[in-house]
Amino acid sequence: MERLRSILGPLARPITSVPLARHLVVALIAFVVAMAVIGASSQYLQTRYAEMAYFAIAAGGLTLLTGLSGQLSLGHGALMAVGAYAATLVLDRTGGETLADVFVALLVAIAVCALVGVVVGVPAARLHGPYIAGATLTLAVAVPRLANQWHVLGGEQGLQVPVPRAAELPAWIQDLVWFFTAVEIDQYSFLAYLGWLLLALTFVALANLSRSRVGRRWRAVRDDDVSAELAGIHLGRARVVAFTVSAMAAGLAGGLMAMNVRLTAPGAFTITLSLTLLAAVVLGGLGSLPGALIGAGVLAFLPHFATDLGESAGLSATQAAEVTPVVYGLVLMLVILLAPAGIVGSLRSLVSRASRTSSLASALGSTKEKTT
Amino acid sequence: MRNTARRAVQVVCVLTTASLLAACGAGKERPSEDGSAVGVTDTTIKIGAHFPLTGPAAPGYSEIPSGHEAFYEYVNDAGGVHGRDIEMVVKDDAYNPTNTSAVTNDMILQDEIFAMVSGLGTPTHRAVVQRLNDDGIPDLFVSSGSLQWGDDPGKSPMTFGWQTDYEIEGKIIGQYVKENMPDAKVGLFLQDDDFGEDGEKGTREFLDSQIVDVQKYTPGGSTDFSPQMSSFKSKGVDLVIGFNTPSYTALSQIAAQGVGFKSKWFYSNVGSDPALVGGLLASMTKGKIPAEQGVKLMDGMMTTEYLSGVDAPDDEWVKLWQKVWDNYSKKGSEKLTNYRIYGMAQAYTLVQALQANGKDLTRESIVKTIEEEGSSFEGPGLAPFRFSADSHLGISGMSVVEIKNGASEPLTPVLVTDIGDAPIEEDDSAASDAPPSSGIPE
Repeated sequence: MERLRSILGPLARPITSVPLARHLVVALIAFVVAMAVIGASSQYLQTRYAEMAYFAIAAGGLTLLTGLSGQLSLGHGALMAVGAYAATLVLDRTGGETLADVFVALLVAIAVCALVGVVVGVPAARLHGPYIAGATLTLAVAVPRLANQWHVLGGEQGLQVPVPRAAELPAWIQDLVWFFTAVEIDQYSFLAYLGWLLLALTFVALANLSRSRVGRRWRAVRDDDVSAELAGIHLGRARVVAFTVSAMAAGLAGGLMAMNVRLTAPGAFTITLSLTLLAAVVLGGLGSLPGALIGAGVLAFLPHFATDLGESAGLSATQAAEVTPVVYGLVLMLVILLAPAGIVGSLRSLVSRASRTSSLASALGSTKEKTT
Repeated sequence: MRNTARRAVQVVCVLTTASLLAACGAGKERPSEDGSAVGVTDTTIKIGAHFPLTGPAAPGYSEIPSGHEAFYEYVNDAGGVHGRDIEMVVKDDAYNPTNTSAVTNDMILQDEIFAMVSGLGTPTHRAVVQRLNDDGIPDLFVSSGSLQWGDDPGKSPMTFGWQTDYEIEGKIIGQYVKENMPDAKVGLFLQDDDFGEDGEKGTREFLDSQIVDVQKYTPGGSTDFSPQMSSFKSKGVDLVIGFNTPSYTALSQIAAQGVGFKSKWFYSNVGSDPALVGGLLASMTKGKIPAEQGVKLMDGMMTTEYLSGVDAPDDEWVKLWQKVWDNYSKKGSEKLTNYRIYGMAQAYTLVQALQANGKDLTRESIVKTIEEEGSSFEGPGLAPFRFSADSHLGISGMSVVEIKNGASEPLTPVLVTDIGDAPIEEDDSAASDAPPSSGIPE
């Protein structure tokens, strides 16, 4: 970090020393790179990137909750379902033809999930460890079933999600995308750009929150709730805020997922989704946003990679589909065995060990110089 | 001094990156869209379909693609269609609409299929119809009788149904029951989606006053139907009409036995295959009801038929299917089933459409061909197709049959009608179509 700062020089110093500005700069660079990559990709890859974006948003919220505030949620799939249904119902009413429709739908999804987050977060704040997991697990099992109870939610066959056609997007977006990528924007790339833009904004917000007083309180509560309370932190409030923030991220992710899948049905929000999200968080490194991004990437790409590999190895379509969860499970086991702190966590400790050795070596070197 | 140099380097870096990014773009002019014959080469046509290869809907349905593949092999061996071999991509969606959306996405973007052919299921296919039509991809011969594939070609211009739709099936069942069992107290057993809804709509046109109870089930939900059967029993139902998939025929039979509910049963075509249901009864009761006894349990049940099946081995079409299956099945040891016949019959219609289209094949041209010539296609269906610019609905009729010893005995001649208040008429004309000697449509 010191070296980076010295290279960037005095121009960068005032910017990187303010967390918000630093996060914004990183997010902007990441978004520009993502835009260039998405623009140069096939439609197929664009859908994968869009999938990665909404998984990353949900995983980002979950990693904050579990890694920072120490609450284990097995119900984030259900929160995504709430977001997805909220966004779908709004898009259905408005027609989903314009960019404004899309943003209104996503805002409603976030708002509804914030509400659900408070309602679930208040009782959950009284619970510890496995009990929270149990309570949120109930959520994951029960919520998708609600769709079968109320006709307005479309039952098992679900609701279709209207998405704006590329031609209905504002001209300036079409021109901007064309100018930068030389590819006409279409529904697939639009959803990928939208996903990554919202991912960048979400991560800036989450990173900032985690660096702020709120984030420090969460860590204090996680590490030792008794001393946190003695220090004047309201435990319940801190936990409810964490749950609500996390639920909002899940809601946004659910709304994006609905638009990408183009269908909102209970079958999408099985208990497996909640567990997979948690797996992504653990895979990347608990409490780390870059880790959540990496975990989401694994979620979006690994199953297809495994299926393709299986098919190219001469397996039938059914067999190849069955290979996927095996490969996924193996990767998860390998990561936990070889990198128990997750991918990012292990990389971090590797880097810090390396820099410690090098600084030690240089310190030794300098003493040697002196002595000779 | 050093600082100035550093700053200069930074500025240069930023400018270079910006100009590089801008150079990636192409300014203002844009080329126009080109035509679409994606998935077609001089020697191949690539089609795709989603089927439940795993999960509770897999029994029976997972056999349909093997029928398709066998018939395409047969046609490819004889030189293909206008010199092109047909290749089929099959993906498993486990009868979960969300999976259908995902695998369809893969087929469109990764496999780059020319057309979707016979994707299976009402709730599942419903999830992808809009996308296929938005992207201008032909969506031919959906393996489901829901109305939405064909009653509004303005909304879904690329989508075509194939089998007799559930509304006219409901009408034909309703009329038969009204005429032959006017005193029956009818209970409806429905899949809780468009499948059940369309069937109920047709049935109610004739039986509205006779229906005393309606029970619904969610695919993938509970498998215990004792409450539903008890409800039928308490309301005095003595005829159950079911619009359900085969697994739920078996489950409803098991539950009815469990609660001691006795009734006459009328399962719509989809859920009535005696061999399959018999096997399901055996496996679901872990052998308590052996397969033979399960088949026997189906005795006296009524259903409908729009294709000749394995119980009619002397039928010219069944002879053709048997020949193709014996020579081209990938899994040689498995028997020909009604589901494989269904797949081969669909494949036959596809080959017919491709032949009629001629050598110049595009996504637009195949749709036009089926609209213009589809209603005159002679094929294995007992009634003609209704394809036109105004209707993309498939086979226009069926006959009512009773199951005896695992085979079907006709109770009515072929009855032909259309949705809405179109009259139901006897019409055996298409039932006498015979296949060409080559077995390949010309």
